[in-house]
Amino acid sequence: MDLTADFFSLFELPRTFRLNLSELDSRYRDVQAQVHPDRFAHATETERRLSMQWATHANEAYSTLKKPLERAKYLLHLTGHDIQAESNTAMPADFLMEQMEWREAVMEAREGGDHHELERLHLRLDNDIRGRYDELGALLDDAQDFALATDRVRRLMFLEKLLFEIDDALASLEE
Amino acid sequence: MALFQIAEPGESAAPHEHKLAVGIDLGTTNSLVATVRSGIAVCLNDDQGRPLLPSVVRYHADGSTEVGYDAQKRQAVDPKNTIVSVKRFMGRGLKDIAHVESMPYDFVEAPGMVRVKTQAGVKSPVEVSADILKNLKGRAETALGGELVGAVITVPAYFDDAQRQATKDAARLAGLNVLRLLNEPTAAAIAYGLDNAAEGVYAVYDLGGGTFDISILKLTKGVFEVMSTGGDSALGGDDFDHRIFCWVIEQARLQPLSPEDARLLMMRCREAKEFLTLNPEAPITARLSSGEMVDLKLDVATFAEITQTLISKTLQPVKKALRDAGLRIDDVKGVVMVGGATRMPQVQKAVGDFFRQEPLTNLDPDKVVALGAATQANLLAGNKTGKDDWLLLDVIPLSLGLETMGGLTEKVIPRNSTIPTARAQEFTTFKDGQTAMAIHVVQGEREMVADCRSLARFELRGIPPMVAGAARIRVTFQVDADGLLSVTAREQTTGVESSVTVKPSYGLSDDEIAGMLKDSMEHAKDDAMTRALKEAVVEAQRMIEATEAAMKEDPHLLNEAETAKIVATIAQLRETMAGDNRRLINIAMDDLGYETQAFAHRRMDQSIKKVLSGRKVDDIKTGEEE
Repeated sequence: MDLTADFFSLFELPRTFRLNLSELDSRYRDVQAQVHPDRFAHATETERRLSMQWATHANEAYSTLKKPLERAKYLLHLTGHDIQAESNTAMPADFLMEQMEWREAVMEAREGGDHHELERLHLRLDNDIRGRYDELGALLDDAQDFALATDRVRRLMFLEKLLFEIDDALASLEE
Repeated sequence: MALFQIAEPGESAAPHEHKLAVGIDLGTTNSLVATVRSGIAVCLNDDQGRPLLPSVVRYHADGSTEVGYDAQKRQAVDPKNTIVSVKRFMGRGLKDIAHVESMPYDFVEAPGMVRVKTQAGVKSPVEVSADILKNLKGRAETALGGELVGAVITVPAYFDDAQRQATKDAARLAGLNVLRLLNEPTAAAIAYGLDNAAEGVYAVYDLGGGTFDISILKLTKGVFEVMSTGGDSALGGDDFDHRIFCWVIEQARLQPLSPEDARLLMMRCREAKEFLTLNPEAPITARLSSGEMVDLKLDVATFAEITQTLISKTLQPVKKALRDAGLRIDDVKGVVMVGGATRMPQVQKAVGDFFRQEPLTNLDPDKVVALGAATQANLLAGNKTGKDDWLLLDVIPLSLGLETMGGLTEKVIPRNSTIPTARAQEFTTFKDGQTAMAIHVVQGEREMVADCRSLARFELRGIPPMVAGAARIRVTFQVDADGLLSVTAREQTTGVESSVTVKPSYGLSDDEIAGMLKDSMEHAKDDAMTRALKEAVVEAQRMIEATEAAMKEDPHLLNEAETAKIVATIAQLRETMAGDNRRLINIAMDDLGYETQAFAHRRMDQSIKKVLSGRKVDDIKTGEEE
C-alpha cells in the first residue's frame, strides 16, 4: 500500500460505480483513525509529515468516491477514458436545446423571485439526475460500455452544474 | 492505535508519564486556560480563584506590562496604552477594522497587519496576544508544577489563514509548543459531546466578544465530523456594546468624546448589556470629563430593538451553513450555545425560534471552549484519556484560490473541505518567451479578487522561454490540520524544477518573530541566547522521547544494526544537549531525523495495513516495504 494506490483499494472497496456508501463512510473513518495528524501531534517530524500526506490522501479519496459524478469520472480515468471536459464540448443539438430551455426557466424564476417554481425545477431536475445515475451504473458496472458512459458523464456535468445554479438562486432568494 | 500507550485497566500510568498539556481559549474579551486532571477537564484559576483573564494588556513606559483585571480597571484612565479586544486586529489591516473612529489607540499602518503605538513602543497584535498567552502559560506552569509539553489554542472557526497564522505566531512568541489550532465551536462540541454521549447532527452557535461562528457537526460514536462552518469574524458581543453606545450618544446628544470618556462610556454600556440579562431595565450613568452627566435607562425592549439587525446578521451564516451541509432545520438534533454573548435573552430567543427548539445552555458558555481544548490537548499529548478514543474531522471555512486573468478568482480548494487537504492546478504562460509568473493567493467566496482577502503574492522565476501556452506550471495548495496553507509552484514540461514555498504575507516572517523574541527578552533582562538554547534542548528532548516511545512500541520494525545506530545517534544528541552550542544540537537532531526516517515510514505502513486487512501486526516484517 502506498500513496499512489487507487482510491478504491485504499478503502478495500470493489472498483464499481454502485458503492455501499455506509461502508465507504466507515472505511474512511477507520483509515483516518490510523493516519490523522491528531494521532501524531507528539511524534517525530517525519512521522508528522507522513501522517499529513496520508490523511490528505484519504480525504481526497473519500471526497472523490462519495459524490457519484466524481466517482464516475474517476472510474473512467482508471479505465483510461478521459472526459476531455475542456477540449470536447460538442454535445448533440437536442440535449443543448433542452439545456437552454432549463436555463431560461431558472433565470425567469430567479428574476421573478419565484421560490416555489425554483423548488419545483430543483425537484424535477433532481429526479432526472437520479435516473441518469441509475443508467450510468448499468453502463459502468454491467455493460462496461465506457464510451457511452463517458458521454453520459459529460451530460451529467451539465446537469449537476444546472442543479447547483438552481440551489444558488434559491439561496440568494433566502438572503 | 499505534502511537498511544494505553495501560492495562487498573494499572494506571506512572505520574511522571502524564504530560502537562493545556487548552487555551484566547478570547476577544476574556481568555482561559484549562487542563485535564484525573481524567476531568478543569479551568485553572488565578491566585485569587478567578478562571477568566480579561484579554486586556496595559503597557508601561518602562516596558513592563499589566495583563487582565488590573489592566482592565485602568483602561478608562490610560486608554492609549491599554489594549482591549486585540483579537479583532489579528491578521487585519487598518481598513478591515470596524469602528476605528471610536477607538482611542494611535494606530500605525504596517504591511499586512495594523500596529498600535504605546508608550512602550509600537506593538503588533501578535505581541499583545503573546502577552496574554504568556500570562496564562505562567498560571498553568505554577498550577501544574512543571513545564508544559504543549498547548491547543482555539481560534474562531471562521478565522481566515492570516488570522490563524497570527495566532500561531503569538503562541510561538509566548514560548508555547502548539499541538494544534482548534476551532472554537469544535472544541465546544468535544466538551459537550463527550459529556452527554451525544449522537446525531448538532449545531454549535458561538457568539463571542468579537467573533461569530456557526458549525454543523455530525457526532457518531467516537467521531466528531464538521460538515460545514460559517460565521463572521468581526461580529460579537462588542458590537452590542457599540449599539448601546451609539444609542446613548444619540439620546444624550453628546458632542465628540475624549478617548477617556469614550472608554468610560463603553464600559458602562457593557455593564448595562450584562445587567439586562437578568433585569428588565438597566441604568447607564457616567460623569464625563467636562462635568456633564449621562443618566439614562435602557429597557429590554429597546435593547432588543437596537440590536435586532446584529442578531439577524448571525442567522444568515446559519442558513448558509445548513445549506452547505445539505441539511434542513429538522435534521438538527440539538443547538449548543457557546460564548458569553449567548447569555443575552434576545439571542437565545432568536436562535430557539430559528431552530424551533430550546437551545442547550447546560454548559458554562464562557468555559466550554477551554474545557474542550484541554480535552483535545490531553489526547494530542498522548496521555491516556480514560474515556474512549475519539477522532476529529474539521474543515476550512473559506475557499482558497488564485488570481487569474482579469482579476478573477479561480477556486483551488472549496470551503468546507475536510483538512488536511491538498489540490493542484495547472496554469500556463500568456506570452511567448515568458520566464516568470506572478502568483497571487486569495481566500474568500467572491468572484473578483478585489473582494477576497489577499494572502500572499510570489513570483515563480526561471521558467524556460517557450511559446505562449506551452509551459505547464503546477501550483499546489496544501492545508494542514491547523487550517494553515502553504503553496508551491513548479514548472513541469522541461524537467527544470523551480519550486517556491510561501508563508502567507499576513503572518510574520521568522526574522520578525526572532526580533520580537529578542525584544521581549531584553525587557525581561533575560538572555536571548540562553532562551534559544533552552528551546533547542526542549525540542531535542521531545524528539528523543518520541523516538524512544516508537522504538518501545515497534521494536520488530528495526533490525539490530538499525536499532544500534539509532541508539548511538540518540546518545550523541544527548551529549550535545549537555553543552551550550545550539548549532551542534540542531545538527544532531537532523542526524536523528535522518536515521529514523525509514523507521517512520515502516510504522506508517504498519498503521495502514492494520486498518485495511485487520492483519496482525506481527505479520509485518522488518524492512519489508523498503
